[in-house]
Amino acid sequence: MIVLTQTTEILRQLPDVGGPAQPLLTIRGLTKHFPLRSGLLGRSTGVVQAVDDISFDVRKGETLGLVGESGCGKSTTSRLIMALLEPTSGEVIFDGQAVGYGGLTLKEYRRQVQMVFQDSYSSLNPRLTVRDSIAFAPGVHGVARRSAVTRADELLEAVGLDPAQFGPRYPHELSGGQRQRINIARALALQPRLLILDEPVSALDKSVEAQVLNLLLDLKDQFGLTYLFISHDLNVVQYVSDRVLVMYLGRVAEIGPVDTIYNGAAHPYTAALLDSRPSMDPDRRRLEPPLQGDPPNPVNPPSGCRFRTRCLHAEAVCADKAPPLAPAGPEHLAACLMVLPGSGHSQAPKLAA
Amino acid sequence: MIFYLIRRVLYAIPISLAVSLVCFMLVHIAPGDPINAIVPPDAPQAVVEQIKHEYGLDKPLPVQFGLWLYQVSQGDLGRSLATGRSVWSDLRPATANTLRLAVTASLIGFVLGLILGGLAGTFRGTWIDRIATTFAVAGVSIPHYWLGMVMVILFSVTLGALPAMGAGPGGATDWAWDWAHIQYLILPAVTLSVIPMGIITRTVRGVVGEIMNQDFVNTLRGKGMLPRNIFLHVVKNAAPNALSVMGLQLGYLMGGSILVETVFSWPGTGFLLNSAIFQRDIPLLQGTILVLALFFVALNLIVDLVQTALDPRIKRS
Amino acid sequence: MEPLVHVRDLKVRFVSRDSTVHAVNGVDFDLAPRETLCILGESGSGKSVTLRSLMRLNPPRLTKMTGTVRVGGHDLVTTSERSLADIRGSVVSMIFQEPMTALDPVFTIGMQIRETIRRHETISREDAERRALELLELVQIPSAKRRLAAYPHELSGGLRQRAMIAIALSCRPKLLLADEPTTALDATVQIQILLLLRKLQQDMGMGVIFVTHDLGVAAEIADRVAVMYAGRFIEEGPVSALMRDPLHPYAQGLLGATVHGGVRGKRLTTIPGAPPNLAQVPTGCAFAPRCAYVEPACLAAVPAARSPIPGRAARCIRVPDHAVSTAA
Ligand SMILES: Nc1ncnc2c1ncn2[C@@H]1O[C@H](COP(=O)(O)OP(=O)(O)O)[C@@H](O)[C@H]1O
Ligand SMILES: Nc1ncnc2c1ncn2[C@@H]1O[C@H](COP(=O)(O)OP(=O)(O)O)[C@@H](O)[C@H]1O
Ligand SMILES: [Mg+2]
Ligand SMILES: [Mg+2]
Repeated sequence: MIVLTQTTEILRQLPDVGGPAQPLLTIRGLTKHFPLRSGLLGRSTGVVQAVDDISFDVRKGETLGLVGESGCGKSTTSRLIMALLEPTSGEVIFDGQAVGYGGLTLKEYRRQVQMVFQDSYSSLNPRLTVRDSIAFAPGVHGVARRSAVTRADELLEAVGLDPAQFGPRYPHELSGGQRQRINIARALALQPRLLILDEPVSALDKSVEAQVLNLLLDLKDQFGLTYLFISHDLNVVQYVSDRVLVMYLGRVAEIGPVDTIYNGAAHPYTAALLDSRPSMDPDRRRLEPPLQGDPPNPVNPPSGCRFRTRCLHAEAVCADKAPPLAPAGPEHLAACLMVLPGSGHSQAPKLAA
Repeated sequence: MIFYLIRRVLYAIPISLAVSLVCFMLVHIAPGDPINAIVPPDAPQAVVEQIKHEYGLDKPLPVQFGLWLYQVSQGDLGRSLATGRSVWSDLRPATANTLRLAVTASLIGFVLGLILGGLAGTFRGTWIDRIATTFAVAGVSIPHYWLGMVMVILFSVTLGALPAMGAGPGGATDWAWDWAHIQYLILPAVTLSVIPMGIITRTVRGVVGEIMNQDFVNTLRGKGMLPRNIFLHVVKNAAPNALSVMGLQLGYLMGGSILVETVFSWPGTGFLLNSAIFQRDIPLLQGTILVLALFFVALNLIVDLVQTALDPRIKRS
Repeated sequence: MEPLVHVRDLKVRFVSRDSTVHAVNGVDFDLAPRETLCILGESGSGKSVTLRSLMRLNPPRLTKMTGTVRVGGHDLVTTSERSLADIRGSVVSMIFQEPMTALDPVFTIGMQIRETIRRHETISREDAERRALELLELVQIPSAKRRLAAYPHELSGGLRQRAMIAIALSCRPKLLLADEPTTALDATVQIQILLLLRKLQQDMGMGVIFVTHDLGVAAEIADRVAVMYAGRFIEEGPVSALMRDPLHPYAQGLLGATVHGGVRGKRLTTIPGAPPNLAQVPTGCAFAPRCAYVEPACLAAVPAARSPIPGRAARCIRVPDHAVSTAA
């Protein structure tokens, strides 16, 4: 499907293992608590519950959008998936194989899962030329230097930069948008199957954002990729995603197909988040902010449903019971007691007799 | 805040103990047997044993340390091997003299450093900055003893304006803040002030420059605040850092004045240390170093506490 | 009646030993009292520099500013530093993008409000304290009394920005300048701050100039929008008309590149190339190298503002000039 003929013998995308129905990535009960130290003798006085028992699948070939306000645990989730952080508990399964401990080795795993960060500058080595940066990882994986460089030039071409002009440059000689293209090229160098994009366009200007989004959509088809696309920008997530996962304070609030969620959110937080977007129409401006206050702190999150302190529909039962993800429609789950039949919330559906 | 205070004070205890241990061990780390400094090399073995016993040198090391620590905590630093007088009787006036010299030198150095550094930081990149920076670089790079000698030649020998040696009438013990004494303090204090002047200038220049570049200064200008109002904000922001550097500098001056005190024969701890080293007077050496080190620990503690009190960002975490 | 803000041929250069940046290259506009103008543009287009020029807040040693800038009857280009300080904070005040760094970390919120009031008014400490409390209530900070004694790091991002607004409004300015005040905030907080600013603007009858790179924000808050490119306003007009039907090719490109609900499934239109280097002033249309409709006349001279309909104007030679333009 792509013209990288000279090098495909050397580094080729690893074959599918479990077939199209098996999720490419499965996250089970992933949790990350950061200890907080202070007080007399630096005892641990609490934990930041950055990610708390989240589970979801990323299906083969899809783009899963991960959205939520800052501090809700999006980056921690991505770093857990990349095994850049040790989880407190939970597991990551890639195409049916557990990662680490007797399953897929980290090296095999990281060949297939690559990441692009928001900060395009600090994720590039300032002392390496663009070409060397891209050729670096294949070199580590045993590709001969000549082929790695040829491949780097092909990738530069693929991300829309002229190899002759940009190959010898250093990161500081590039604009933000160009650096982000380099980061994407570098992530593609190992022919991964899954790309984790953590706020890849958030630091870019609108016109550059559009260029990079177009590029990401092109590359996805061209290289047969699956994306986990993280952003706080609801419009961007809607534009790129097939399915959307909404996080709030370290937990999954809602997950489902993009149109279902954007047209009829089941979780009141998702609804408020969507209503917080500017209207884009000066004649129909927003009149009331859908939520008051800032997101609370993940150090001492509220008991039960973590959103209840800002929720208009909160009832006593919401403080007692952490809502599980419950079906809200086809392929659509929401963690809200109003969705869970017989939960005790006055707006919950009645249990079928 | 209160937790922090207690914790910080508690931390100072093991540090002081460690310092004492090091001081105590000096005797045993130093080359040669300390006994050789007391008894003539040809003394009979029996005499050596007896003197060892008298000084407690025949007991196991940990016991010796315990005893020594107990005595020290009673204010008994032992007897000088060279003079036979109690160490404390020599150390007390010397400490007072050094404190006078160090405090005067710091005052000169800090005032000049604050002014030069403040100006340089505010007017970064202008000729004011360049002049102040030149002073600062000169201050930290000119050797003390050389500057001291130049001062002596210039002010004492050539101009005959100021005395070059000693601490004035009454020698080491009879200090008074009158001109008869103060004239002796001037040359060593100025000589000693040059390094803290340079270091404070550099620090304050950096801190003030950084603060002046922060967004909130723009906010202040945008609120119509006058330069003098803004100055107040800069001072409050710069104070924690500047104070901590100044505290440490004072500590260094207490210990670091050996050369200057020797050049000017100033009867302080540095002078005392110098003679203790040359005479292998171990108890005197131990006592002096211990006092200086404890000063340093105490200063560090004070600096930390003051810094915590001044910066609301540390206070409550 | 004289407009609240009157700017003609504003030019700002930053001159240092080894370079000159032509950040603003001839900006003209008026702002009526109680009007909200949004300056929309991408980073480096000169929005912040223009805004800071309205209170002469660019670094004095580097900045060369020419043209006419009148705010509330005061001439800001020639006035002395001292009378400028009297104008800042009382006639015109400003809120910034990063409320964390824009507030002094070692002074409480209450102190930072009080010192502003007492700088411009003769008022007792107690009265200033009372005013500070009222201001925190005005910007809807919950438990306002307690928050007066808080340091900036003890507040969340949204509350910090509210405190910043309270400081800016403490002397009831006629003109409020806002430099991307919601860019650093989350969506749910951004909309709260936008609605708050809109309400305060109406209640207090201020003129507002609001800088943003976000079209959606402009749509929420602006009466008029000016699109900035390479140090010039390349298009200006009422917000609805401009968003419905932009005149300038750059404004069209910017609108097309903005991702919003309606574009799913379509390819985003993009603007090729990159903005010009501001080391030299462009001699022709600064957008010409990236423009699909470029023709030789574009490069000959900087296009004058042309006004096809009263109230709208664009600096593009393809725009017909019907109305007699007053703005430029
Ligand atoms: N290394 C760390 N140590 C302590 N807390 C952390 C660390 N990394 C992140 N956090 C905290 O975890 C929470 C989630 O952070 P993050 O995953 O970066 O959020 P997001 O990417 O959604 O903005 C935040 O409250 C953050 O302060
Ligand atoms: N103090 C300064 N010194 C030199 N150049 C500056 C200064 N402030 C801004 N500039 C330059 O002026 C141009 C416009 O900047 P600015 O108004 O901040 O853009 P924006 O539209 O993103 O707010 C940019 O090229 C910027 O680098
Ligand atoms: Mg993040
Ligand atoms: Mg700006």
